[in-house]
Amino acid sequence: MPRIRLEPRAQSSRWATYLSPVLAVVLTLIGTAVLFGILGRDPIAAYRAFFIDPLSTFYGVGELGVKSAPLILCAIGLAIGFRANVWNIGAEGQFIVGAICGGGVGLFYEPMLGPATLPAMFIAGALGGLVWAGIPALLKTQFNANEILTSLMLTYVAELLLRFLVRGPWRDPQGYNFPQTKAFDGYAVIEPFFSGTRVGLGAVLALIAVAGGWFLLSRSFLGYQIKVIGLTPAAAAYAGFSQKRITWFVLTLSGGLAGIAGVNEVAGPIGQILPVISPGYGFTAIIVAFLGRLHPFGILLAGLLIALSYLGGEAAQISLDLPVAVVGVFQGMLLFFLLACELLVRYRVRLGPATAESAA
Amino acid sequence: MHELTAILVSMVLSATPLLLAAAGELVTEKSGVLNLGVEGMMIGGAVIGFAVAWTTGSPALGFTAAALAGVALAALFGVLTLFFLANQVATGLALTIFGLGLSALIGKPYIGKPLPSLPQLYIPGVTDIPVIGPLIFGQDAIVYLSVAATVAIGWFLSRTRAGLILRSVGENHDAAHALGYPVRRIRFLAVLFGGAMSGLGGAYLSLAYTPLWSEGMTAGRGWIALALVVFATWKPWRLLFGAYLFGFFSIAQLHAQGAGVSIPPEFLSMLPYLATILVLVIISRDAKRIRLNAPAALGKVFRATA
Amino acid sequence: MIKRRDFIIGAGGAVAATSVLGMPRIARAADKLKAAWILVGPSGDMGYSYQHDLGRLAVQKEFGDRVETHKVESVPEGADCERVLTQLATQGYGLIFTTSFGYMDQTIKVAKNFPKVYFEHATGYKRSKNVATYNIRFYEGRTVQGTLAGHLTKSGIVGYVGSIPIPEVIMGIDAFTLAFRKIRPDGKIKVIYVNGWFDPGKEADAAKALIDQGADIICQHTDSPAPVQTAEARGVWAFGQSSDMAKFGPTHCVTSNVDNWAPYYIQRVKMVLDGTWKSTDTWGGLASGMLSMPTFNIHVPENIRADGMKALEAVKSGARHPFDGPVVDKKGVTKVAAGKNMPDSEIAGLNWYTQGVEGDLRG
Repeated sequence: MPRIRLEPRAQSSRWATYLSPVLAVVLTLIGTAVLFGILGRDPIAAYRAFFIDPLSTFYGVGELGVKSAPLILCAIGLAIGFRANVWNIGAEGQFIVGAICGGGVGLFYEPMLGPATLPAMFIAGALGGLVWAGIPALLKTQFNANEILTSLMLTYVAELLLRFLVRGPWRDPQGYNFPQTKAFDGYAVIEPFFSGTRVGLGAVLALIAVAGGWFLLSRSFLGYQIKVIGLTPAAAAYAGFSQKRITWFVLTLSGGLAGIAGVNEVAGPIGQILPVISPGYGFTAIIVAFLGRLHPFGILLAGLLIALSYLGGEAAQISLDLPVAVVGVFQGMLLFFLLACELLVRYRVRLGPATAESAA
Repeated sequence: MHELTAILVSMVLSATPLLLAAAGELVTEKSGVLNLGVEGMMIGGAVIGFAVAWTTGSPALGFTAAALAGVALAALFGVLTLFFLANQVATGLALTIFGLGLSALIGKPYIGKPLPSLPQLYIPGVTDIPVIGPLIFGQDAIVYLSVAATVAIGWFLSRTRAGLILRSVGENHDAAHALGYPVRRIRFLAVLFGGAMSGLGGAYLSLAYTPLWSEGMTAGRGWIALALVVFATWKPWRLLFGAYLFGFFSIAQLHAQGAGVSIPPEFLSMLPYLATILVLVIISRDAKRIRLNAPAALGKVFRATA
Repeated sequence: MIKRRDFIIGAGGAVAATSVLGMPRIARAADKLKAAWILVGPSGDMGYSYQHDLGRLAVQKEFGDRVETHKVESVPEGADCERVLTQLATQGYGLIFTTSFGYMDQTIKVAKNFPKVYFEHATGYKRSKNVATYNIRFYEGRTVQGTLAGHLTKSGIVGYVGSIPIPEVIMGIDAFTLAFRKIRPDGKIKVIYVNGWFDPGKEADAAKALIDQGADIICQHTDSPAPVQTAEARGVWAFGQSSDMAKFGPTHCVTSNVDNWAPYYIQRVKMVLDGTWKSTDTWGGLASGMLSMPTFNIHVPENIRADGMKALEAVKSGARHPFDGPVVDKKGVTKVAAGKNMPDSEIAGLNWYTQGVEGDLRG
């Protein structure tokens, strides 16, 4: 019986690089069609609801920007860290702390700062996220504490801190003691670019992050160090690249980006600070990072696709009563197929007689 | 019951699902595979376990089905990462999202249905001994299973030939392959085992802890389990300690609230997370010891060469 | 700032986008009302969102073909909710119920953009020309619960599983405590907050901790049946929340605070169909039927059940007010004088504990 062999390609296959995502999407569409069928829905109508309807209005396209911007911002930072083998799982917490710091500046110092408010908010937010990510960095470089655990635990701490502030000392004094702050006003508000949409500064920041990330990784010496440390730590040490410095850099960078995303979210689309300000952006960003193959441009596309799947889930709920859990199944399936199809990029599949070579 | 005893007993209960899932993941990671899909496998086990237990009336069948559900999800992960050579982190994450979504769909008919809880051990005379009685002799079967499994895993890894082979696969898969060990098969089995244990951990939630089904009822415990494996520096005994430590603080902070301690409840709720970080920092300081324990090939893709 | 140039670019883009990508859904003919509910959790949670959905189903049944109802579940509070509301409004929904307080500002914002659509926000306090608010006086049920508990308790300690320390929860705790201590003047209420509305595992942990600390009554202001289930397993009396939780506590669930949104929903839909809708603030309690309490558990002794019914009738008729003075806070300050009762505006913002409640509200 012929054996299936995997032969590594000398070079990643060009056509497979472009074709494999397409193949994965096709397979996912087939898979979701089956799913829709099981749930008793017409696949074509479901596709329309999922992929076409969300983008069929100007508002919808804008919402794609609103939803994908925080994902992309966080994912760029995370991807740079992952390339260096630094696993920041706490972007969600850094997002929240950034929102708290930047939002706090906006709530309490706007009258004093005037036009300087918004830049001050972003700086404060970036610093907040940076510091929050700096804690795992410190614990890792000084005490060898694994950053997966520390950054994850700190996320829960950040969530609880937010809850406390919002129902406690920061609650709106005119607000019947409800757990929310007053709305941002004056210079602390991030206005959308066009009326009729909500897309604004966040999308621009995301694009800057994509460009900056690309430049860092492919054109800078720092980026080179990051990649080498991730791929061959021994060689990196031999070359004198400092593991500790890189750890600090990538963690604080991803923390800062997440913090910026957080400020943008509260001062922009939400307009105030609430007990829950993120539907899991920090965690979804990890998926976006990998879906984008840890490459800034890939992340841009992946962010848009994942954001679309969320918008699609909402639209499908509204028009077809499709349970929102379908979104998770769809995203999971897409990732599975994408990861499976990636095989074609790096390996050639050969059918042949059984040979001495076997993959165990 | 004396309050300290009550805290300890609740601590054990609270730690049990974490311990089960983490112990399974420990084995998986010891073989060199990082499976971030624990949350997905746990909730898969929770929903299938509940569905089967509800339909058949037998919790034992429920737990068995849950373990099988965990195995099935883990197999999906295993095929992708070991045969399709996909990135382990991404595949694990995909498994988590997929598992959460799928379980929500499967679980819809079972919402709002109550089940009786598991019986607890009672040895007249022994169980009534203050403190250690209820703590050690008054728990349900799965609690004992979780401890026994952790101990057995520790023994397996350090004292048996098969465990040694598994560890060697996790340390250096190329060398293990060169020695003729079936790297892929060993890893696949380790992944399946991890899935079974995660499934059991999830089922414990829906069949014993709060015998009901609700979407997302694992509430992030899979991530805590993953963190605990790291905390334990991949050593089963330390895993036991970590799980109970986390459980202790989770329960103690509730008791503190109930006692009227005037610290805001949000800050009290931070205790388990802060305590875990603190203890990790303390025990991680010996760098050499840490590096010796992380399986060197963890997360790396194995590609056999002739 | 919206510049004219930007507006034209935006409008032009919209036209281009819609013509290229397909037509958006257009509102149907006006004789039929499309009504939507956005829920913060899954409609099957057998708790808060479930009860709202039951109300929606009642509307569907009542009006048949004249109304098309729809629900959107698990809509996160924050930025997403605004989008969902906007989509619903643009798709021709004429009446939208936003069922969680965290949707408040978004509801007001979207309502401004769609002045012809009617919005109804539950548990909030901001209104506008096309936004009404509605809520249930859950605390009335607490008075009944407190009365029953006062008779049933032996230890005099009550365990209260709280969600978040906000007025909605605190007013319930205080109302309960006032009624409880009329029967057990030495009674103590212990509160544990689980920092969320729905987390069965944590709620069970909290209930266990409270029982371990001597509570023989369990109350909750969280939405899962876990506390009732835990109480049943431990042989302790419990009161359910949002839904009738009797089946989770067949012998020990005394009664529940059941949210009954149907009468309100039917009334409001009718107003839209009749063209008489206007923005109002409704805070319905036992009298309106919006709060209902299932028949008390038969395992509770008959005389205690009778006393509970008396309290229920008294509150329902208005003869008894849950915050009848004198009401004294933990510091000893008299908040409501004897012979008076607390005005609605003060109840709505309640953030202090009355005497008998353990713990401190910080922040």
